[in-house]
Order: sequence, then C-alpha cells, then structure tokens
Amino acid sequence: MSNHPHARRDRARIAGGIVVFALLLLGASFFRAQVLSSSDYALTATNNRLRQIELPAPRGTIVDRNGRIVADNVPGYAVTILPGPKATIEATLDAVAPILELSPARVEALREGIASDRHLLVGTDVSFEKVSILEERRSDFPGVYIETRPKRRYFGGAAMGHVLGYLGEITAEQLDTERFEGYEQRMIIGQQGLEAQYEEALQGVAGHRLVEVDVLRRIVGDFAGQPGQPAVPGDELRLSIDLGLQEFIHEVFPDSMTGAVVALDPTDGSVLALYSAPSYDPNVFVGGVDPEVWDALNSDLNRPLYNRAIQGTYAPASTWKVATAAMAIDLGIIEEHTVMPTRCEGGMFYGNRYWGCLGEHGDANLTEAIAGSCNVYFYQVGLEIGLERYLELANSLGFNEPCGIDLPGEAASVFPHGPDFWVERFGARPTEGETLNLAIGQGPNDQTPLKMAQFYVALARDGSAPVPRIVPAPPESAVVSATTGAAWQLDLSRAALHVIRDGMGAVTAQGGTAYLSSLELWDLIGKTGSAQAGGKTNAWFAGMAGPWDGEPEIVIVAMVEDVGPDRGGSSTAAPIVAKAADYYLRTKRGLDVPELQTLRDHVMTVGWPTWSTRPDGN
Amino acid sequence: MRKLFGLWAIDGPLVGAVAVLSLIGLAMIFSAVNTIDPDPSIANVWIRQGVWFVLALIAFTAVSRVPQRWLEWVAMPAYVFGLVLLGATLIIGTGAGTAAGTRSFIELAGFRFQPAEPAKIATVLALAQYLSNRAESPANLRDVVVPGMIAAAPLGLVLLQPDLGTAQAFVGILFAMLFWAGTPVPILLLLASPLPALILAFDARIWAVYIVLVVFALYLLRYRLFFYESVAVILANFAAGTIATPLWNTLEPYQRNRLLVYLDPMVDPLDQGWNIIQSKVAIGSGGLTGQGYLEGTQKRYNFLPEQHTDFIFSVVGEEFGFIGVVVALAFFGFVLWRLIRLAADSADPFAGLVLLGIFGAWFVHIFVNVGMTIGLVPVTGIPLPFVSYGGSFLLMSWVALAIAVRVAHDDSGTRA
Repeated sequence: MSNHPHARRDRARIAGGIVVFALLLLGASFFRAQVLSSSDYALTATNNRLRQIELPAPRGTIVDRNGRIVADNVPGYAVTILPGPKATIEATLDAVAPILELSPARVEALREGIASDRHLLVGTDVSFEKVSILEERRSDFPGVYIETRPKRRYFGGAAMGHVLGYLGEITAEQLDTERFEGYEQRMIIGQQGLEAQYEEALQGVAGHRLVEVDVLRRIVGDFAGQPGQPAVPGDELRLSIDLGLQEFIHEVFPDSMTGAVVALDPTDGSVLALYSAPSYDPNVFVGGVDPEVWDALNSDLNRPLYNRAIQGTYAPASTWKVATAAMAIDLGIIEEHTVMPTRCEGGMFYGNRYWGCLGEHGDANLTEAIAGSCNVYFYQVGLEIGLERYLELANSLGFNEPCGIDLPGEAASVFPHGPDFWVERFGARPTEGETLNLAIGQGPNDQTPLKMAQFYVALARDGSAPVPRIVPAPPESAVVSATTGAAWQLDLSRAALHVIRDGMGAVTAQGGTAYLSSLELWDLIGKTGSAQAGGKTNAWFAGMAGPWDGEPEIVIVAMVEDVGPDRGGSSTAAPIVAKAADYYLRTKRGLDVPELQTLRDHVMTVGWPTWSTRPDGN
Repeated sequence: MRKLFGLWAIDGPLVGAVAVLSLIGLAMIFSAVNTIDPDPSIANVWIRQGVWFVLALIAFTAVSRVPQRWLEWVAMPAYVFGLVLLGATLIIGTGAGTAAGTRSFIELAGFRFQPAEPAKIATVLALAQYLSNRAESPANLRDVVVPGMIAAAPLGLVLLQPDLGTAQAFVGILFAMLFWAGTPVPILLLLASPLPALILAFDARIWAVYIVLVVFALYLLRYRLFFYESVAVILANFAAGTIATPLWNTLEPYQRNRLLVYLDPMVDPLDQGWNIIQSKVAIGSGGLTGQGYLEGTQKRYNFLPEQHTDFIFSVVGEEFGFIGVVVALAFFGFVLWRLIRLAADSADPFAGLVLLGIFGAWFVHIFVNVGMTIGLVPVTGIPLPFVSYGGSFLLMSWVALAIAVRVAHDDSGTRA
C-alpha cells in the first residue's frame, strides 16, 4: 500500500476533520439541549419527580350554645393513588381494591374517575389495619399515598342529624354552579344541614406539600426546594342549639312515631332545638356513605332524611286560633274582654251551613275561648276581620313564606296569597265562609312546625318575632344566602298578650286539656291541636314556658304525625313539650332533671304530687 | 522497575488522557448507582470497575511489552481464534446485565467476558496484516472484497448474538483502515451506499431519488470505475431497497419502535422512547454547569435507564452540565486526535493501520454512544469506552491502547 508521509498527512487531516465535525455535531446537540432549551428540560425533570399533595383543611369545629362540641375532627387515614399513566393507576387500583375491601361497584366508579394528571382518592376513612397492610407491602402498590387526613366526628348522633346535615363528595352539577367556583372535583363538602349552609366557612383552605417521587412513583420525601403550604382550618360555628336539649328531645320523642319538635329562645328567636323524627346519624356519611345505608335511608317509608321541622307543612288546627286572636287584636277588632255576639251552643249557622264546635262554650271571652278552643268564638272573630283583611295580615306575617332559617331546604308554608288563590284552584272567588275555616286553622293553611314556633315567639315576646337562626353570629367567612323570611311585628299590647297567654295557661291548668303535662317548677302554657288530614290525625302542642313569676324563656312546638284517632295533642305532643321545657329550664339553672317531670309522670307512678294544685293568680 | 513502567511514557499525553477518562468513568459509575433506592445488585459496581481498572493497568503494562513483530505474527491465528470464540458464544453464550436477552458473554471459571472485545482487536490486527502486506492501496471494489470479508465475518457473528452496537464498531474499523490503506474516498462511499438505500426504501419515491443520485455519482466517476463496479453498486442498492420491507416485517414490534423512536420518541414514550426522553431530560436539566456531582435528580430517582452502563454520559450531562460535556468530549477528541497523529507519524504501514483500526472502533463507540444520549443517533446498546461500567470492555480497551502505543513506539524506534 502506498504509505508516503504526504499521503499519511493528507489522510490524517481528513480523519481529523471527521473527528472535529463529529465532535462539533455532538457539541451543538448538547448546546441546544443544555443551554438553549435547558429550562424546558429542567421543568420536565421537576415534573418528573415532584408531586403536589393536597392537605385537606380540617373543617371548622361546631359547638353548641354552651360550648359543647357538636362536630370536630379526628385523624383518619386516606388512601390516594398519585397521578401517573392511566394503565398504571388502574393496575394499582386493582391491587389495592381487595385490601381496602372496595365493592365492585365502587371500583367501577373509581375507574371512571381515573385521569393521568389527577390524584385518585380511593378511601377517606381507612382502618389502621388496612393501612398497615398497604405500608408493609409498599413496593406492591406503586403510587399509593397514605395520609392522615382530618375525619369528621359528630356528637349527638341521630339527635343532631337534621341540624348538622352530612358531608359528601361534590357533584358534577354542584361544580358547575357559581357557589362552588374554585372548588375542585372529589372535594368533600357539606351536602345537607348546617354543613351545607355554612360550607364556605367550615371548609377552610386546603394546603399542599411537594414531595419527590422516584420512577415507580414512590414517595421519597418532601421537596426541600419549596416549602409546602399548611392547610388553614375552617372557622368555628357557634350554634344557639343546646346539644343536651336536642339529645333529650331525641330521647323523649316516642320511638315509633314521626314528627318534629322546634324550640326557640324568645329573647332573640334563635333556635334552641330543632328535631325531626325519624332522624339519622350523620356519622354514617363520614368517609363516603355506604351505598346500602344510603339506599336504606332513601327507601325508608318514614323518610328519615326529610326534615319535618322545616320541610313538612301541616294544618295547624287549633294552635292557629291564637293567631286569629292576635291578628284581631292587632287590627283593633277585639280586646281582652270581648265576647262574641253569637253564644256557643255547639256550633253556629253561617251561609246556609252549620259550623260545628267541639263543645258548648256559652258566652266565652277571649281567654275562655282560647282555653276551651271554641270554634264558634273564632268563626265570629274571623268574620269580623273579613277575608280580605285576614289574608292581607296573615301574608304580612309571612304565613306563606319560609322563615329564613339558616338551614337549606326550608319549605314555604302554605297560605293563600289572596282571593285569587281560590280562583286559580277552584275557579270561583272565595266566600266569607272561607274565613271561618281559616280562623280555626283549617282550610288551605299548612304551616311548618318552625313557622308556628316563630309565631309563638311573638306571643312570648311583645308581638315581634325575629328570624329564627341556628348560628346567631356567623363567622365573616360564611356566605349568608338572602333569606326570604323577615322579622315582623304585631301590634299587641301587654294586656292583650296576657289575655292570650292566660287563655293558653288555662290549657295546662286544672281542667285544661293538657293539665297532665303541667310542671312543678315552671309555668307551661300552650295550645293543643289535632288536625285530620288524609285519614290521619296529626297532633300539635305549641307553647312556652318560664318561671312562674317571669317571662317565658323557651318556646316549643311539637308536632306528632298520625297519632291515631283517639289521641290528640294533649296526650302525645304536650308531654314532649313539657319535658323538653322542664329539661331546658332546669339545666339552665344548674338543677338536676328528675326522672318524673310532668304531672302525668307522677300520677302514673307515685301518685298525686303535692305541687299539683298550682298557685293561682297567673 | 524502570523497564517495566518505562513504556508508560511512550505517549504520556495519550495514556494520561485515557487514564483520566477511566477515573472520570469510575467517579460517574459511583454517582450513577448512588440513587434514592439503590439496587443491591449494582450498588458496588464502582468497586468492581476499580478492580478491573487495576487489572487493565496490569494488562496494559504487560501487553505494551509485546513487540510489534509478535503482534504481526499472532494476528491471523488470533483472528481465527476470535472467530471460533464468537461462534462458540452463539452456542454457549449467556446474557448479562442490561443485555440479558442476548448471547454476548462466555463464562469461564466464574469469569465472564465478551469475546467480541478481543475479536475487535484481532480483526484490527488481521486487517492491518492483510492491508500492509499488499503493495498497492485498494483502488477498486474488488480490492476491498477480502478486507470486507475479514471484517464481515466477526461482524455477522456479533449481529447474530444479536449485538447491533458492537457490530457497528467493526464497520468503523473496516472503513477507517481501508481509508488509511489509501482506498479512494468515492470507493468507500459507494461501498457504504447500500446502507442509506436500506433505510430510504421505506418510501419508494425517496428511494428512487436516491438510486438516481447513486447512478449519477457512478456516471461522474465513470473514468475511475470498472463497469462491473458500477453494476455491483447498483445491484447492491437495489438489493438493499428490496429486502428492506421484508426485513422490517421480520422485526419484533419493540425492535421497530427502537428505530421509530429515533424519529419521534413520543411514538412509544413509556417503553422504547423512555430511554431517550429521560436521557434528554437529564442532560437538558443539567444546563450550563450541571446539578452537581451526585445531585442529578433524573439519576437519583431512577428515571434514567442504564445509567451506569450505556447512558452514563447522561449522568455526566445532568451533573456537570454543558461545561462537563465539553470537557469530557475534549478528552475523547484528544485521544482520537492522538491516535491519528501517531498513525501519521508511523512510517510502518502495519503500525498506522493498527492505530487507525483502534481509532475507527473507538470513534464509533464514542460518537454512537454519546450521540444516542442526546437523540442524535438511534439507541443501540453500545458502551462508552473507559467510562461505561463493564470490566472486560475496560480491560480490552486498555489492551488496545497498549497495542496502539506499542506499535507507535516500535515504529518510531525503527526510524530512530
């Protein structure tokens, strides 16, 4: 071969040129990646290994009027699968499903929620045992992240169900609404009750931490480069509810019966107790409600999720008569001693019809008419007011509106807006005869127990009634929805109020229908009512109680559904009200609540008590 | 003692540069296995590499004492023995490490080595022997048939393992040595022309254009070529174009993806494309100055594949940045330049050819390995000389270095 030095030099030059060219090519490639596009690649490298983990904020604590905790949080274990390729997440889900004992339906639902860029929340309330298994076999479950996250705990159980409501995952429909702007999928929010009403205040602000993961998406540790952001707990809610009273009502309410009890504080109209039977334990919703439990709650014929205190509307029956009386006094039509022209002899004729009464009350004055629940007296009061004025005033008192309580789903009470109501419904203008029905709490008049309670608050005060609220002073973070209800004022003199109260006092006095519900220490007054509706008898007792020589301190309305044909408000609803009032007034003063409370309790067990002949003059 | 190490000073800069590269490799291997969740099976490979480095230095010392005459004498027997070893590897060979699915290694008394490595040196010696003994430089295609066969035999056996990466080294050896033997560049280009045809055949129109260009080149060279040469070149190009599609169809999907991800790693981002994507991310995130030694996150959290073997240069890029890459490439460039320089100074054809053969092998290894970490060339399993983990490869590279400096020394000795 030719091997002349010149030839060698030429070849060396060419070979050297090739080396230089190759190295420049490589150098240029590295320059492009490391100098020109470095930040892009650095970002990719960061995304490769960093995962942001949400730190859910503990929901705000809820305390009752005495500072007792109603709802707080305990640490619970949540299992999440970190973002990653879809197939990988699916495989991990399949691997953890048997350990977490997820039902096939739940796995299917979770599978639908898989997205490569999103955390998959597999379980929010996982037991320590299951978490231990996952931790032990960590390498089998790539991308599984276990955290302690605050878990809601409710006190009072079913006693507080309808007040507190429950939590649940935010729905797709909710996410679309303006209210939940800024919320994200899979967030747990209040779905009912106060949890829903004060969601914004209770939710708090989620924090986050950045963790580093390895190629198998196993968490290696916290990222040192950027500190996380701690979660800000939700605000505390202070309720006007008395948890003890609420529990007491839950206890004394007849187990097999359905109905509602509402207790309001007459000083400010705030809610002391709000109970609907049957109820539910909000704790069963924590960590995701079991589909079976959910189905059972929904298919129960007694509708435990239905809050009768604010959603049920019922004919108020005789408890309404004091409303007719108060309205008439407000209009100046009657006063304390007014006696109606037509004597009650068991009924009266009006408009070609005989309108019956349950007794013969003779020439009763207002007090006697209330005490005896005389229909004839109130027929005539109604007629004197006149249908138009009657409707006008009842409407201005909001008897066809919700009260505006701070709970979601309150129903509007049913009461005609005006004469057009009859035109629309029956095709004819109403006759004055309709006034007779309305005056005694019949006719197209269905009220929520809460509404009746609000009205009785006016009687316990000075004729005015504030909007009933469960959280009298909401935190600033609360989004208070515009309420339709409003406070109102009846023009009732002190004397007129006392006449009405005297009438109600007679109900629980010797000879009154609710005498057996009278109490030793407290002046319980009220009005019974029984309304026949659809073959059922709903029993009412609406009343108030306070010390013998003072103003009423609690207004309570109890309504028991379908009590049976021969039982009325006096034997079912009144004892509940009496016992609840006794409990509240005694505990408020630090007194023990005895086993035997009402006169009935004593008479049925140990005999007639010494206090049963109550002092006169009130 | 002086005699024993005296030969180290044959070409101090070259041996020094290679020693520095070996130490860089050791440091990078230590870093590469230093992950958040170390794999116990590779946790101490840097110690093993260190032991091999010591063995390599001993082998270097020993081999550098072998005179060139002995090498000439042993070339052909060694070549034949190398072929036998490669043949045996196909029967009794095993896979190892990252090449677990292939038959590339032979185990002897608990000692595992790649016969392809000594076969490369034997092929260099055999080609040097053959080419240096010819009076004339290869001037036509017929002249390159025999050297082509000498290189093709081991190349084919290595391909059967299959080890595409190492096979490329034989191509580098052949072309570098033919070039140094004085083969006209057009002949070399024509020799290489079927390979582009093989690739371009995937689009009939592009392939047709290529064939026209080849024919045009043959026309321009018509006075320097024999007619049969032109025919052979055209036939070879047609053959390459014809077998391309059937060849493609015999490939497993993962093998096809390996080639496709070169064009777009996102074709198969989680499998075949993963390596190149993560490697580029590692290198790119290194920036100008790197994330710092032991600090590369792509490496630390195991995103980088084969980080102590084929993709070790990605760790260099991630931890030392562009500056580190330039320094490392400068060392390699120096080594390659030094080999060329020694060859240019060698009056003895055998010595020059051996130096260029070693140059050709290393050039392919360096360019293909470094190029694949940045996506410049397709990913093939080919280690980076002196830096990648691999005991027998390190040892044989140092043996090659010993031969290089020895033949350069003997040649200068004869002249002196």
